[in-house]
Formats: sequence, C-alpha cells, structure tokens
Amino acid sequence: MLVVEDLAVELGGRLLLKHIDLEIPPGETHILFGPNGSGKTSLLMTIMGYPQYKVVGGKITFKGVDITHAPIDERARLGIGMSFQRPPTINGLKTRQMVSLCGGGGELALEDMAERVNFADFLDRDVNAGLSGGEIKRSELLQLMAQKPDLLLFDEPESGVDLENIALVGQTIAELLQKDSDLALPGAKTIRQSRKARTKMGLIITHTGYILDYLEADKGYVLYHGVLSCGNNPREILHCVGQFGYEECVRCTLENN
Amino acid sequence: MHPREQLREKALAAVAKAAAIGEDIDLSQYQRTAPPQLPMAEADLCALPQADLDRLLMGGVDVNSQERGGTYIMKDTTVLHCSSKQEGVEVLPIRQALEHHPWIWDYYWRAVAVDADKYTAAVELDLHDGYVIRALPGSKTIFPIQACLYMDQDKLQQNVHNIIIAEEGSELHIISGCVTSEHMHSGVHAGVSEFYVKKGAKLSFTMIHNWAEEMKVRPRSAAIIEEDGLFLSNYICMKPVRSLQMYPTARLDGPGAVARFYSIMVGTPVTDIDAGSRVILNHPHCRAEIVSRAITNGGKIMARGHLVGNAPDIKAHLECRGLLLGGGAMLAVPQLDGFVDGVEMSHEAAVGKIAQEEILYLQSRGLTEDEATATIVRGFLSVDIPGLPPQLQAEIDRAVQATNEESM
Repeated sequence: MLVVEDLAVELGGRLLLKHIDLEIPPGETHILFGPNGSGKTSLLMTIMGYPQYKVVGGKITFKGVDITHAPIDERARLGIGMSFQRPPTINGLKTRQMVSLCGGGGELALEDMAERVNFADFLDRDVNAGLSGGEIKRSELLQLMAQKPDLLLFDEPESGVDLENIALVGQTIAELLQKDSDLALPGAKTIRQSRKARTKMGLIITHTGYILDYLEADKGYVLYHGVLSCGNNPREILHCVGQFGYEECVRCTLENN
Repeated sequence: MHPREQLREKALAAVAKAAAIGEDIDLSQYQRTAPPQLPMAEADLCALPQADLDRLLMGGVDVNSQERGGTYIMKDTTVLHCSSKQEGVEVLPIRQALEHHPWIWDYYWRAVAVDADKYTAAVELDLHDGYVIRALPGSKTIFPIQACLYMDQDKLQQNVHNIIIAEEGSELHIISGCVTSEHMHSGVHAGVSEFYVKKGAKLSFTMIHNWAEEMKVRPRSAAIIEEDGLFLSNYICMKPVRSLQMYPTARLDGPGAVARFYSIMVGTPVTDIDAGSRVILNHPHCRAEIVSRAITNGGKIMARGHLVGNAPDIKAHLECRGLLLGGGAMLAVPQLDGFVDGVEMSHEAAVGKIAQEEILYLQSRGLTEDEATATIVRGFLSVDIPGLPPQLQAEIDRAVQATNEESM
C-alpha cells in the first residue's frame, strides 16, 4: 500500500504540490490527469524520491515504511519503480547491461523480454542514445520488466508511441500491473480470486487516456495547480475533461476549497 | 658518410634540447646500462616468475596464449625473446635489422626527426633495442603480434626504437605493452615508434601503459599512411605515472588514407599527463578521427588534439571528453587548422563531472550511489573501436575493468 498524506512539495523554492492525499492499495492502479505544468510529473518524481523535489510537509508511506526522506535507491529496493518521460542517455552503458542491472544481477531471459517489447535490435545500443520518444517508452518498460517493482509509476507511457506499438505497450503495462485478464495468478481459480490475488500497484499519468483501452484502472484524479481533486472513475473524468476541458476542474476545485 | 654517422651528428647537436612541451627531464639522474638478459626460448617464457607474468599480462602480453601471431619481449636494455609464428610477418630486434637488413634505412628515422629533442637524440646515441615488425605485401595476420617493453631496474633510462611496416595490401595488428616490475619505482622510458602503412594496408596498434609511480615517459611516435591505407592507434594508460608527454602524429600522404586515434587515460594524484594526437591530411578524401576519454582523480591531464587539413574533400573529427572526480586538473585543447577550401573538420570537447541526473536514474533502478557512479565511469571509458580484432578489444576492456575495480 502506498499512502500519501497531506503532502507539500517544493522545487527550487517554489511550492508545487500542496495537501496531496492519495492511497493506492495492493492490486489497484490509479490514473492521474491534469493539464501541462500542473505538477503530475513532480508528484511521481517525489514518490520515487528525486532529491530536488523537497518535501516540506506531510508524509509518504510505502508498505508501512515511512519513506518521506528515504534515498531514491532505498525506495527502488523497497519495490518502487518508474517509467520516465525523458530519461538521460548513459554513454558507454549498453541497454543490455542496464536491463541486467535492473534485474539485480539475477538470471534473466533478456532476449525474450526484449522481443516482447519489440526492442531486441536496441540491446547493444547505449542506454537511451538517439532513441525516439516511443523507443524510450519501450526501453523503460523493458527495464521495469527486469526490475519487477511492486509500485509502478508511469509518466505518460503512451505518448510518442506509434500505432504499431501502442497495443504492445498497453498490454505490457497491463501485465506488469497484473491487470491483463488472461493472467492466472498463483492460487486463484476464479476471476474474482485472481483479482484479489493482485498485489501490484500503479500510478499512471495520461493525457490521452489510450492506456484505459488496455487495462481497467480503479480510480482517477485530476491534478490542477498542485492540488489533487476528483478521485472518481477514470473514464468518467476523461470523458468530462474531453467535453468541458480542465476549466470544469477549476470550478470544481474552487468550490471544494 | 654512412647514414648512421650523419644521424649521430644530428643527435649530438640535440642532446640538451628540451622538448617543445612537457616537463624537461634531467636525464643525468638516470643510468643507461643494465646487466644483459639471456635470450629465452618461447617455451621457457612460461617459466618466468609469476609476478613478472602477471605484470606482462597487464600490458596485454600473454605468453601462454595461442591467439598471438608473434612475440617480442625486451627487459631493461636487452631482448629476452623475439619470434614470429605467422607466415608473412617478420618480427626482429632493431639492432639486428640495422646490422643485417639494408632495407631498414628506408625507414629508420624517416618519420620521426632524430634531433626533435633530447629524448630522440638519446635513443639514437644510446640505443638499447626495439622491435621491427613488418607485414609482407598482401599478408593478413590472423592473431595480433604482441610486444612488451619491460623495465625492472630502478633508475634506468630505457631507450627504445620501434619500426612497424605494413606493406601494400597487408593487414597487421599489434598489441604493445610497456610495463614496470612490481618493485621498480622510478625511471625514464624514451621510446621512438615509426609506422609505415603502405597503399591499401591496414595497421592497428594498441598500446597499454602500466608504469610505476615515479616513472617519466616520453614516447615519440609518427606514422606515414599511403593511399587508402588505414592506421588505427589505441592508447590506454590507467595506472599512476609521474610524467607522460607525447604527441603522436599521423601524416596522410595519399588519397583516401585514414587515421584514427583512441585514447583512454586515468590520472591519479601524482600524475602529470600531456597527451595529444595529431593528424595531417594532405590529400583529398583522407579521413581522420581523434577520440580521447580522460578521468582525473587528482592528477593533471592535458588532452590535446590537432587536425590539419591541407587538401579539399577531407573529413576529420576530434572528440575530447574529460571527467574530474575528486580534484586535479583537466585541460582539453582541441585545434583545427584548415588551409584550403573544401575541408570539413569539427571538434567537440567537454570537461566536467558526472551528471547527477544519470546517477539518480541508475539509483531509481536499485543501484546505490557508489554503484551508479562506478557504472557511469565504466561506460565513459568504454569506447567501441571499429576495426579492432576481438582479442584486442577484450584486452582494452580488461584493462579498463581492472582499474575500475581497484579505484572505485
């Protein structure tokens, strides 16, 4: 379980997020909507533990451990992983080596995994070197497949992905989050049991909502000007934003405050 | 007058001549003689003390390997072993060549000037030995030839002259290690290397330096590359060295000739390295690439690069990157000179620290900060060198890896 309580975050002395409350129980995936610059990426980076995002109030707890000020690698080892929007290039480090590092040095069916996200041709390239937006998404997915985190943070996983690969990306995310319907989890006989046996948690930033075609999300939020609101059915939010724009969220937020 | 006498005269005039750049070494502090070594048969080399074999191996010289086409080992001032297993490739000591093979005079001091400075002069006046490696026309080496210049006697000045010739259409790969023994502390190594790459030939030369902390090293190298020839030079210096100064120069003397220099250097606190590469492009369609990666942990590294475009339709690039990790100084000095229309030359130089963003990215995948830093440094130093045989790429990777494990 991820619990975020009354979180306030500063970046470079500017308050970016305030009064954020969020709870993701095991097995659930939540969706984060919001216009550009509303603080969505900042929220994910804060949960991941990027030190430039300074927590000035509130608390983050994961699996019962207070991680509010824990270093980033400690959070990773506790089971948090993130798919980044614009990860840096690492010269001289092959993607193949990077994926092994993500797997913690254990045995990996690396080639098979790469095949699955259509990335086998890139394994001997330096990490993120010269990749297009869509290729970066698949590289990030491959790394997460090896890392196997329990809480997965996705920053716009479908943006820049071409039509041919969008289903692949969507299905892989669903698998990682144990949301794909074919997945038989250990000890589960019925679909209901299978659902209950889910343990993975997800938080996904999306603008387009395409990802919702591939997995059932449990809850959606709108982040506007650093304030989280709505907490509603994600499809409904998407529909509403599509129809009335984020203006409606402003009115709603104003009313709530 | 015999050419040797003329050379001696020129050398005598230069015995006190300081080099154009770098610390001026007082050579009177060092001895130029050492007890001669008895030549050893190849089978006996394996019986050398394990400590010596380990040091040789650090320089890429493996006396047990089947994947070497020939071997030259010189200890202090004399030749320990010299042999070639490969048809079409001659390996012989330079003293022997000077005595018995008149063709050597077409190459001896033809690329490097004997009176360049006091170090070249000393190599002529007190020549200990060195190797001549020659690939006959059209011959292709399967395995690299290995050469080692081993120094064991403290306070020695080792004077070496090497000549490497790749005849027309041949392909030759050499790994050359310069190594000091475990107990050696200080000394001078003056090494002249002259490379001749004939029409359509390909020569790769990989040099690995493993010096002692108080060693002062002055390599003096030059290459002449003819039409469509390729000269590939790799240089690795990852161990402490007190003072190293060199500026190997390749002259592209025929259309379509290519030179590539790759250097990987690490500077520890005692180190003062001034190392560059220079390529002079004299004909159309010549190409050149100079790549250097340097890290300092407290030492001073000056990484130079110089491209001279004297003909149209040439293409050359210079890339020079340095990391400062914990003190020291890193200086990058790229220079591009174009003297005609139609040259295309570029450079990129960067000096800095490891990007925090990269460390955090690796940490988010579960690596500790130290592991992340070591991984990035390893990546920084790993350069893919096109055209290098796998055995030699493996030697380079091994040298980089070994240093990483020690220092990180």
